[in-house]
Amino acid sequence: MEIFVQQLINGLTLGSIYGLIAIGYTMVFGIIGMVNFAHGDVFMLSAFIALIFFLILTTWLGISSVALALFIVLIIAMVLTSLWGWAIERVAYRPLRGSFRLAPLISAIGVSIFLSNFVQVAQGARNKPTPPMIRDVIVLFQGESGYNVAISYKQIIIMIVTAVLLSIFWYIVQKTSLGRAQRACEQDRKMAALLGINVDRTISLTFVIGAALAAVAGTMYLLYYGVVSFADGFVPGVKAFTAAVLGGIGSLPGAVLGGLIIGLIETFWSAYFSIEYKDVAAFSILAIVLIFMPSGILGRPEVEKV
Amino acid sequence: MTAGASIQQTALNAGREPLLSVRGVKTYYGNIIALKGVDMDVHEGEIVTLIGANGAGKSTLMMTIFGNPRAREGTITYAGRDITKMPTHEIAQLSIAQSPEGRRIFPRMTVFENLQMGASINGFAHFDQDLERVCTLFPRLKERLQQRGGTLSGGEQQMLAIARALMSRPKLLLLDEPSLGLAPLIVKQIFSIIKELNEKDGMTVFLVEQNAYHALKLAHRGYVMVTGNITMSGTGKELLEDPQVRAAYLEGGHH
Repeated sequence: MEIFVQQLINGLTLGSIYGLIAIGYTMVFGIIGMVNFAHGDVFMLSAFIALIFFLILTTWLGISSVALALFIVLIIAMVLTSLWGWAIERVAYRPLRGSFRLAPLISAIGVSIFLSNFVQVAQGARNKPTPPMIRDVIVLFQGESGYNVAISYKQIIIMIVTAVLLSIFWYIVQKTSLGRAQRACEQDRKMAALLGINVDRTISLTFVIGAALAAVAGTMYLLYYGVVSFADGFVPGVKAFTAAVLGGIGSLPGAVLGGLIIGLIETFWSAYFSIEYKDVAAFSILAIVLIFMPSGILGRPEVEKV
Repeated sequence: MTAGASIQQTALNAGREPLLSVRGVKTYYGNIIALKGVDMDVHEGEIVTLIGANGAGKSTLMMTIFGNPRAREGTITYAGRDITKMPTHEIAQLSIAQSPEGRRIFPRMTVFENLQMGASINGFAHFDQDLERVCTLFPRLKERLQQRGGTLSGGEQQMLAIARALMSRPKLLLLDEPSLGLAPLIVKQIFSIIKELNEKDGMTVFLVEQNAYHALKLAHRGYVMVTGNITMSGTGKELLEDPQVRAAYLEGGHH
């Protein structure tokens, strides 16, 4: 029981990070029908941006409040990563729009390789640790066997930040004219243009939002694990993509749900079975779900009334 | 529309710069030519209709005006501006609205959101007023404001497409087969709405129709399109009475 609750907490934390990344995949897929394979590396890049600015703020500028530093770092990481997201779309994808379907996909793989190598060259190949940031934990209850169920401050921060940003994001997409334009382009780009929507700008905006949420995930990842390397874009990226597919690619709530499910499967599998096979477990569940629900859990079937 | 009024209208247009003018426009789909050099004018305050058979290129002309697909040759001017190479969304911002072929309702947005999309160009300046107006024109939509566009029936979607186009208070309204798939009673209703918009609000209307009889009766002027060429033009009445038009588009038709 204690282990179960503990793993639930751990799984939800990990799952929120996956969910944040998954939104970037699902939004881009929704609007231009392309899997942005570079998105995982954008996430990795944002973790490095967060790391660099965290060090600048704490050691050079001498900000002693970790919470304040984290807040500033989060904002900076979101802004800079958004710029990267915007630039990547501009340079690598937009010129290929209207080209054959595989072209932007290949370009995305190229961007992915570029980003991880760029970070490797610029930052070195070794793991980069952060100084320990927040260590406190709250012991929720003590088990009979002496196993304590605890939730760390880090986990609380991650869950709260994720929830707050997802709410803001949801509000933007559902209630603002920006979000409406975004959804319109996703459903019918040609019609959106006929109504005066600048489709190119809206697609750029989608990349910017996706990258900003990836930056939140990157900062949270750094906070959680305290270490990041240039290769860290790949596995979380693939997991988040899996989450997007599991939840139903194109569906925003699906991405979050898929992220949580993948996070939970992974942690529970590690706790009860074997940690070596946690990725196998996550991907197997994906395969099984897709056999029975090809459009994912919350995805819509392809057929639409005309 | 009486004959006198049509002639008056045509006389009025003489020497005036047209609101929309299409000159020698050729449009291709890949290597296949769809418009073979179209000339056409729409003057301010007019209802102009374009009739023709399936596949004649009517809808292509509508979309070419909006630059999607783009005219490979020729020029399109609107209110004195050359819009041939302008991006689609900028053309829309010049206060031209279209209810396109296939209606193109946003299926996963509510009726209300679809209407909001229509109003986004003019920055929601008169949103409540315009919403009320289209709800009065199409009471059916009012009942369904919170329903998703994709769940509407074909006729309701057609109404929504027209209502959405009206939300931006366009100077020029392009309607692509507004009568398609609608019950005769609703067709009649829609045509009377078009007439009302034209007469009361002075809205200029360019109407593509297969329902030639109704369209020609309503329009001040008309054009006939056959496989990418304009083959005939005249006042609505002239075309209605033309033996060729009658033989090709009206016999056994809607009267």
